[in-house]
Amino acid sequence: MGSLGELERSVMDVLWDADEVALTAYDVQEHLEREQGRQLAATTLLTVLSRLEKKGFVASDRSARPHRYRATASRVDHVAELMHEVLGDAGDRSAVLARFVGGVSAEDAEVLRRLLAGAA
Amino acid sequence: MTLAELAAASALILVAVLLAWPVPILLSRAAWPARAPGWALLLWQLIAVAGGFSMIGALWLVGLALLPQWPLLAALPAAALAAYLLVHLGITIVQFERQRRRHLALLQLLSAPHPTHARTRVLDDAAPVAYCLPRGIGSVTVLSQGLLDGLDQDELAAVIAHERAHVEQRHEVLLVAFKAWRDALPWFPIAARAESEVAALVEMRADDSARRTTRDEVLARAILRVAGPAGPAEHASSRRDRHRDRFLRLSF
Repeated sequence: MGSLGELERSVMDVLWDADEVALTAYDVQEHLEREQGRQLAATTLLTVLSRLEKKGFVASDRSARPHRYRATASRVDHVAELMHEVLGDAGDRSAVLARFVGGVSAEDAEVLRRLLAGAA
Repeated sequence: MTLAELAAASALILVAVLLAWPVPILLSRAAWPARAPGWALLLWQLIAVAGGFSMIGALWLVGLALLPQWPLLAALPAAALAAYLLVHLGITIVQFERQRRRHLALLQLLSAPHPTHARTRVLDDAAPVAYCLPRGIGSVTVLSQGLLDGLDQDELAAVIAHERAHVEQRHEVLLVAFKAWRDALPWFPIAARAESEVAALVEMRADDSARRTTRDEVLARAILRVAGPAGPAEHASSRRDRHRDRFLRLSF
């Protein structure tokens, strides 16, 4: 039994791998067991799905029983969203994260390379 | 208005003007901050706080001089400025928290914990990036797979030490405060310059932390491997000089 974060990641992995196909909670349970060897109680799974839905990562279709769930965006899209924030322009850089180094001008890079070559 | 009141008002206005213009410009053009970024950061904070208070105080004294019989009305402009600055600080903090929480939620789903380093996560992307997300206990350092693949052990240690310093020294507090200052006064170029100076100095502080356990050449190599080409914003005048200082101050 992992942390809640780990559980959410596991469930999202299943939904992301399913692509656009909406899965029932039972489907997700099956995938988790088959692909990750993870046994999750139905109630726990429903809690996790509802948390993910509240955070905006999962959309549910409750028009018919059993309810179906799918990811709101692909994994690639989410990673791109993260990377966009990280690599964003210095102008709208948010104070939220501090990068090790952003862009380096060609001249500064050349200065560094020369210094390194001199020290070698 | 008495002579004493006139003198006080003039003095405060003079201080406010000095702190709003020549003093920050001199500080941003000086060379010594690259050698003592900690002191320079302290000075920037003093300038911002004293500048704000002297502006508010000057408004108040001028108000009192013009409307001595209505002290409350006279204090209105000063109170309005104080409230305006505080509200902007509040808004910036709230936005910051919201963005941080959203980013953290994404990280939890898209990254795996690093096998050996505590409070570090690995993001599956080929671009070499390293960054940290504040704050304090809940902070996390993020390394991309591209970074792990591209750096050797020493270089990686330098990067991690640099990011740790950001977290331990609570740099996000400074960055948020100066961002709030700039958002509140968008027509005031000094506020933007101050924010950019503080950002560069904060990087130097983090570098200094890394330099305690890593040789400067290793840090330089790590910088070259991670850095991308400079965008147009990075060539803005003062930002570029202080930005360059960060690299030139490494000695080897």
